[in-house]
Parts: sequence; structure tokens; C-alpha cells
Amino acid sequence: MIRLEGINKTFRVARRKSGFGRAVRALLSREHETIHALRDVSFTIEDGEMVGYIGPNGAGKSTTIKIMCGILTPDSGKCEINGRTPWRERIAHVRDIGVVFGQRSQLWWDVPVWDSFDLIRDIYKVDAREYKRNLDELVTLLDLAEILKTPTRNLSLGQRMRCELAASLLHNPKILFLDEPTIGLDAVSKLAVRQFIKKLNAEQGVTIILTTHDMQDIEALTQRILLIGKGRILLDGSLEELKKSSSQRKTIVFEYTGKDPALCEGMTSVEGREGRLVVSLEPSICSVSEAIAYISAQVEVIDISVSGISAEEMVAGLYREYHI
Amino acid sequence: MRLYMKYFSMHLQSQMQYKVSFFLTALGQFLVSFTALLGIWFMFMRFNTVEGFSFPQVLLCFATMLMAFSLAEFMGRGFDHFPRIISNGEFDRMLVRPRRVALQVLASQMEFSRLGRLVQAILVFCYAIPASGVNWTYDKIITLCLMVICGSIVFFCLFLIYAAISFFTIEGLEFMNIFTDGGREFGRYPFSVYGKEALRFLTYVIPLALFQYYPLLYILERKTSSFYMFMPLLALPFAIPAYAFWRFGLSRYKSTGS
Amino acid sequence: MKKYLAIFRIRFINSLQYRAAALAGMATQFAWGFMEILAFLAFYKADPAAFPMEFSQTVSYIWMQQAFLALFMVWFFEAEIFNAITSGGIAYELARPVDLYWRWFSQSVANRLAKTVLRCLPIFIVAMLVPGPFRMSLPATHGQFLLFLVSAAFSLGVVVSFSMLIYISTFYTLSSTGVRIISAVLADFLAGAIIPLPFFPQPFRAIAEMLPFAAMQNMPLRIYSGNITGINAFRGIGLQVFWLIALILIGRYMINDALRKVVVQGG
Repeated sequence: MIRLEGINKTFRVARRKSGFGRAVRALLSREHETIHALRDVSFTIEDGEMVGYIGPNGAGKSTTIKIMCGILTPDSGKCEINGRTPWRERIAHVRDIGVVFGQRSQLWWDVPVWDSFDLIRDIYKVDAREYKRNLDELVTLLDLAEILKTPTRNLSLGQRMRCELAASLLHNPKILFLDEPTIGLDAVSKLAVRQFIKKLNAEQGVTIILTTHDMQDIEALTQRILLIGKGRILLDGSLEELKKSSSQRKTIVFEYTGKDPALCEGMTSVEGREGRLVVSLEPSICSVSEAIAYISAQVEVIDISVSGISAEEMVAGLYREYHI
Repeated sequence: MRLYMKYFSMHLQSQMQYKVSFFLTALGQFLVSFTALLGIWFMFMRFNTVEGFSFPQVLLCFATMLMAFSLAEFMGRGFDHFPRIISNGEFDRMLVRPRRVALQVLASQMEFSRLGRLVQAILVFCYAIPASGVNWTYDKIITLCLMVICGSIVFFCLFLIYAAISFFTIEGLEFMNIFTDGGREFGRYPFSVYGKEALRFLTYVIPLALFQYYPLLYILERKTSSFYMFMPLLALPFAIPAYAFWRFGLSRYKSTGS
Repeated sequence: MKKYLAIFRIRFINSLQYRAAALAGMATQFAWGFMEILAFLAFYKADPAAFPMEFSQTVSYIWMQQAFLALFMVWFFEAEIFNAITSGGIAYELARPVDLYWRWFSQSVANRLAKTVLRCLPIFIVAMLVPGPFRMSLPATHGQFLLFLVSAAFSLGVVVSFSMLIYISTFYTLSSTGVRIISAVLADFLAGAIIPLPFFPQPFRAIAEMLPFAAMQNMPLRIYSGNITGINAFRGIGLQVFWLIALILIGRYMINDALRKVVVQGG
């Protein structure tokens, strides 16, 4: 179980200035400013949960993750993970967790993946039999058999991410932190990674904390999301709940022939060019069927598509709503 | 130790992937100290002695420093790379591993091409040990070994301090070069050459003279007290403040993350 | 020309940001110079008659060398340029309407100047204030100082155009580290970075003075200290001009050849 209570963290940074004269003056004096990276952050995550941790860049996501990994010490507050305080008992704590930083590799660039794994085994002192069992399982699940003998530098990004995942799981951690695990991956690799994460959580009960900017990750994976902005936890709930609470607007796309149609109340034009119209609709004022009838009365409609709000739009809406 | 050997073989394996680059770099490292050696030789073609030390005697000094330095550099290269390890986030990775951080930093870099210097130190020893006119008895051989071993420990501590400073700033690091690279470069002459004040500083503050100048006097029979023979051991407590400083820096990193 | 000035200006401002680095650099160079002088003093005491320069000239030489370290030392390479070549970032550079050779040339000059401007003044001041034999002296005449300035400018040009050759050679080898160290070490040694050229025994000295490396720090530092005067100074500057033109021509030829290959191979 992970429990954070009232975590605060501030950083002091020097302010860099632009311009020639200012650069010279900065030689003599330098201004500092204090940044509140985290303000009173509290949440609890039960064993076996899968949580999406989202927020714009600089909101405090990685600071929180670093605190939970034992990399950073907070200014104040309590953090207890499986009964330990990460920064006090770093070595014991990190034995139980796995971390994937999507943008950085833990594999050795010039040696075969297998050798990197072997080193990790020694670092974590994983027992030989257990290691073999874990490795075999990971190799099957992530389809690594072909690439295990290849040096990292010759792997594609997708292959590398699969190896990164395996590398973080060789020691059988109870908690896995994933920091943007699908960044830069192609569609097929993304699906493979998501599928694996889902399986890991469902079958082995590994607690997973996932940060990402890709809302499809969230949609595909997590039951629960935590939204952080400007260092505060703003929302904590399930994706469905959030979708419901946010606006019900629908988007309708018309393809038609004829002159441009007029819009009725409740419709706003998002995009309009000859033969194609995208409207955003407020169903409480004008229902979908009314809208379709209204437009098709004016022009000859060739094709219609109706869609609800996407996770992407919803989050963008939330960011706007909270001014973050 | 087993883990360290594992890292060792991984580094070797990686670097052997680029053989041309490896040999060119090793040659380059060799040349760096070779030009220093040429400089000494050129000077001694003009002047026969300095402060009463002859050319082969100075070479003994040069080779001791070079060997101590290159051993320490090979072992402690990770500390030298530390500013980069911090800025590219690799350090965070080390903190989520269940091993001592200093050990991981140490093992994270091993540059075999640095051994180009070590080769040179050995070659110079091969020339200077017979040419220096020293009557090599056991006690003198032990003294020379102590000089090299304790010397590399002192250099190693200097690298550790260098790394610890990068917890606070990566801008002002250059001044440490006076003691690391500077120690190697200026240590080519016995430190008494630089006058009393410099010698005092290098005895009591940064103990470079303890493993270079004083035991050399014993080997050259200018001092007979065996106290001089064991002076290199007096440099070892330098490791205590160096390590304490590292721990201090580490705790600060954890609170600032930068 | 304007765009090269803009590159110059941005680089210059960028380097000024690093205040602590400048302070640390100054302290290092000052200590370094002081130790060098002490070593030469020991040799001077051992046998003044064998000393090939006047001692005060050697002192000035060393202080000026430290003050202008970033200007004249070949090993101050631009890591950025090496990275652009090896990582393929060169594609961006080629997409810009700027001649690559002169872009890198002005970038190198700017970085070297910025580093030097920050550091040289305090070192001058301290070097002028230290007592007795360690004090740096001013050039004997205004004319000599003028010659020094001219020679220093050409020296910077020679150093940068030589480093350009090293950058460009990376196109062919793609493993820059070894080449970088070897070329810098040899060039700096032959330019008088470890011991001034007058301390080289013959015939090494005669050979070294004919090489392009003698057109680097050797010339301005010896003109400043008064070791080279009058007609010899003019001859030396002439040699610098010759090497500068030669190195630039070689560099232009090499970069055109290299870029043609890059284009042919498709990067």
C-alpha cells in the first residue's frame, strides 16, 4: 500500500535573464525564486491498483514519483510504501519497486540485452532459479526471444521499450512506476506495451503507477486517475466519472453537397469548408437527431459521423478549467 | 566485488566494440603524458639538475605520480564523469537500485584507454629504476610501492571530492583540476622545487607531497629515518573528510534534486 | 556578415551566464601559472647561464599564456560541433542558409573570446601586483604592444582554422575522441604550451619554429614578452598570415569534399 500525507516540496532556482546587458549584470548578482513543486499532496493507492497520474509538464508529476522512489526527500509530510519511508530506507525500499523512465534507458548501449539483464540480476541479487523463471516468463510475454542477443543500439524504439519493461521486472517488484512508457512508440508497439501492462496488473497483481501524456494509455489502462496541477492534487477518480462530470458535448461531422447550411441554436461550427462541416453540439439545447434533421433539410447529406468527447479533449478541458 | 568484476567485463566488452577509437584514444592518453616527459627531457638537456635532483631521479618522481594518477583515474573515472551522470538523469536510476551509490558511480565508468598512461608510467619506471643510481634494497622497494598505492588513494579521494562538489554546482568544478591534473603535472618534479610554502600546503592540506617528496628522499638516501619511508601512510586519513563530504552532498541532492 | 555577428553575439552572451565557472577558471589558471613560474625559477636558480630567455620574459610569457588560455589552446574544442557531425544533427545545419565553415569558425572564435574576456583581466591585475620576480611586466614600447595585438589576432585565426581541420576530419573517421586528443596534444606541445619554444634544444627548436604550430601561441606570447622584436616580429607575423591562409584554404577544400560525400551517401 502506498500512502502519501501532506507532502510538500519546494525548490530554489536561479533566474536566468536574457539580453546582453542583463547577462553582464547577472555576473554580479543573481536572483533566486522559490518554486512550490508540491503542496500538500495526499493520496492512497491500494495493492494491485493501476493508477494514471496525469498533469501538464512541470505540474509536479516527476517530483512525486521521485519521492515515492526514494530519490528525493520532501520538505514535510509523510510517505509510507509497504510500511517503509522510501528516503529513509532506500535500499530496502527499492528492492520492492521497479521503475521505467520512458525517455532514458537502463540498458547498456553496446552490449547484448541479455548481458544487461544479467548485470541487473547481480545488482538485485536475484536468486538464479527465480531469475530464470522470471526471465522465461518475461521473454514469452514480451516476445523477446529474438532480440535478447542483440546489442541495445541495434534495437528499434519499440523493441527497446519492451526490454526496458523486462529489465525493470526481473526482480519481481510489487510496485511498478512507469514514466511515459509509450512515448515515441509506433501504434503496434504501443498496443503491445499496453497489453502487457494490463496483463501484469491483472494476473500478477502488481501495483502500477503510470504517468503519461497519451490519453489513450489512460483510456486503455487505468481505472483511476489522479490529476495534478501546479503542485496540487486536483482530482482523484475514475475515468468514467470524470467523463460524466465534464461536459456532454458531441461532435458531428457532415459531408454534403450544396450551399453552406445555416446552424440552429446549440450548434457551434468548429470547422467549415466547402462540402464539409464540423459542429460541436450542446445536447441539452438541441438533440443529435434534431441537429441532423435540421441540417439535412437544407443540404443533401452524404455522410454523417457523431462522436462524444475524447479523453484527450476532456483532459484539455480539465486543464482549462483549473487554469493549469 | 563480484558485481564490480561484472561491470568490469561489461565495460571491456563495450569498449572493444570500437577498436580503432579505443586505440587512438589510448595513444592520445599516452601522448598527453609523453609530451610532459619530452618537456622534462628538453629541460634537462639544458640544465643538469634541479634542486639537486638528476634527470633519472626526477623521472622516478614523474613515473610514481603518473602511475598513482592513472590507477586512480581508471578506478574512479565514474567520479570524473559524475557531473554528466547527474545531468542526464542516470544518477536517479542509481538511486532506485538496491546498492551503495558510491559503488555504482564507481562502476559506471571504466575507461580502458586511460591505461595508455599506465603503460607509459611502467616504461619510465623501467628506465628510471636502474638509471637513478639507487641501491634497491627491500625497504626502498616497499617505499616505492607505498608511494604508488597511497598516491592512487589520495588521487581517488580528490576525484571523490570533485564528484561531491557537483552535487552543489557543476559550474565551478574547474578549480579542482589544480589538484587532480595539476597534481599529476606538477608532481613530475619533487614538490620542494616549488618552494617552502607550496611544499607545506601539499603536506598539510592536500597531502600530495606525503607520498611523493618525503619518501623519495628516503629512497635517494637523503633521509635515513624510516619515518620518511612510511610517510605515504599518513596521507590515508585524507579519505575521511573526502567521504564525509560525499555523504553530505548526497543528502543535499536528495533534498534538492538538482 | 551580419548573421555571423549574430551567431557571435548569442554565443558570447551564453558564455557570460556561467559566473562560477569563470571564477573557478581564473583561480585555476592563476595557481597553475604560479606553479609553472616556480618550476622555471628552480631551473633558473640551478643554472642562470643556461636559461635561453630572460627570466622576466618567461614570467610574462606564462602569465599571458594563462590569461589567454581559452584563446590560444587548441584543446578548447567545441563539443557541439563534434556532436553535430557524429549524431547527424548536421542535417539541420545544412538546411540553414549559412556557410557551414564560417558558421563554425565564428562560433569558435566567439566562444574563445567570451571565455577569455571574462578571465584575462583579473589575471592581468593579479599578475601585475604580485611581488618581485613573479610580476608580469608590460611590453617595452607601444609599438611592441601593437605588434602583440596583431599577432594575437592572427594566432587566434590559426588556432581556429587548425581546429576546423580536426572537426572536418570527423566526417571521415566518425570517431573523434582519439583524433581530437592526439592532434591537440601535439599541436599544443609544438606551439610552446608546455615549455616555450626557446627551451627546445636544437635541432627540435629549428624544426618546431617552421611548423604552423609556431604561428599559434608561440608568436604573440614571445612578442609580448619582448623575446621577439623588430624585424623578426614582422617576419613572424608574415608567417602567421601565410599559415592562416593555407589552413583556411585546406579547410574549405576539405569541408566541400566532405559535404559532397554526405550528400551522396544521404547522410
